[in-house]
Amino acid sequence: MKKYSILSLARNALNFHQDWGKAWRSPEPKKTYDVVIIGGGGHGLATAYYLAKEHGITNVAVIEKGWIGGGNTGRNTTIIRSNYLWDESARIYEKSLQLYEGLSQDLNYNIMLSQRGVLNLAHNLHDIRELKRRVNAIKLNGIDSEFLTPEQIKEIVPIINVSQNIRYPVLGASIQRRGGVARHDAVAWGYARAADARGVDIIQQCEVTGIIRDHGRVTGVQTTRGVINAPKVGIVTAGHTSILAAMADIRLPINSYPLQAMVTEPVKPILNSVVMSNAVHCYISQSDKGELVLGAGIDAYNSYTQRGSLHIVEEQLAAVCLLFPIFSRLRILRKWGGIVDTTPDASPIISKTLVDGLYINGGWGTGGFKGTPGSGWVFAHTIARDEPHKLNAPFNLDRFTNGSLIDEHGAAAVAH
Amino acid sequence: MLLINCPWCGERNEPEFHHGGEAHIERPKNPDALSDEEWAEYLFMRTNPKGVFLERWVHQSGCRRWFNLARNTSTNKIIGSYKIGEKPPKGTR
Repeated sequence: MKKYSILSLARNALNFHQDWGKAWRSPEPKKTYDVVIIGGGGHGLATAYYLAKEHGITNVAVIEKGWIGGGNTGRNTTIIRSNYLWDESARIYEKSLQLYEGLSQDLNYNIMLSQRGVLNLAHNLHDIRELKRRVNAIKLNGIDSEFLTPEQIKEIVPIINVSQNIRYPVLGASIQRRGGVARHDAVAWGYARAADARGVDIIQQCEVTGIIRDHGRVTGVQTTRGVINAPKVGIVTAGHTSILAAMADIRLPINSYPLQAMVTEPVKPILNSVVMSNAVHCYISQSDKGELVLGAGIDAYNSYTQRGSLHIVEEQLAAVCLLFPIFSRLRILRKWGGIVDTTPDASPIISKTLVDGLYINGGWGTGGFKGTPGSGWVFAHTIARDEPHKLNAPFNLDRFTNGSLIDEHGAAAVAH
Repeated sequence: MLLINCPWCGERNEPEFHHGGEAHIERPKNPDALSDEEWAEYLFMRTNPKGVFLERWVHQSGCRRWFNLARNTSTNKIIGSYKIGEKPPKGTR
């Protein structure tokens, strides 16, 4: 891997940037690997990277049906935070945030992490009590969190409407100042480049059509480019987790729904934090290009169509205009949908399965992007050691049988 | 937005309805005898298919009655609706 630096930039400027090498190879798949990762999104690429970096397992293939980062990694609203209520979630999301904080250096790739603060608004007395409880619970886990009054919110977000005469007045907020946004594509590309440099094969436009098993053990995968053998296979296919698991006759507690997001036309810098509201239901930030990035709730019905219904968009834009009347004349540039795999407790499944050598990482619902580095880190450990790390042990598949659910519907910030 | 055919009221817009998840999940006849695995299967495990899906809807802002719908989840094309207790459209099961 050629290191990116100010020197390499200057050197390449001399010949008008004609000779930049490819960031990763596109190799033909080998017959056999030590580990096959199904799914070349952020989580899958991070898993491959940490398998190579932390566990010395470099004979790894990442198999991607389309192009890397083209699924939910390229479709989310790029928000990063770790303000979760329960201890189990706090630990894994905080691990993820800490990895994010050093990721640009670690990968030698600028992921454009911007820790501009994430605000969660309260609109009624119950919201305030609930937010204060959360702020205290989060602090007890050693994670930064504060409660803000409407006046303090106004200092941070001058354009927000804190009038007490609107239907859902802003009465307070919690803030995690270390939260923020990052460039989502860069996270996928950075992990891909760094994993490739350590010997991982990234195989795009290759769809897995079957999972081959022998006496309860996984032995490889069938793909559109032939059979690839591997004693260990990880399924990291957000949006299609149930489909892949069904190939190995595994039933999951997952339902898949479309989640829509959109951006406005670009404007000059006007919003320097991430604002989320569960009650009127929207989340909003401004990208470096100047577009406002908006998201809200999932559509009501199971679907794999990567598009949703218009009334969902309408409700969300009404919420944005309520909080930010100044945005009411902005035009929407584009909107899209991604498929989110939701679990009954709004927490992910990062787990071994009943099939030896087959591992599942999915069910991140609407909040997978923030979990990307931590998810890859613990999943690599789970695959390499054939046992979960203590950070992901609570997120096993057995919890739906023994009842130890991790109910994070409140922190998920997207109702589902 | 889906245009859903309520078996009682006819075609109405999606916001009048509420989605009720996978259809034909049978309530356990003898709950006391159920193992943890069987409870997990009943409560949580879902088919979540890519293709024809039999699902429940309630016409919340209309007649407030439940019914079933056969819909393709990879296209959102609705194959047909049928009342509770009726058989799904031919070829969907």
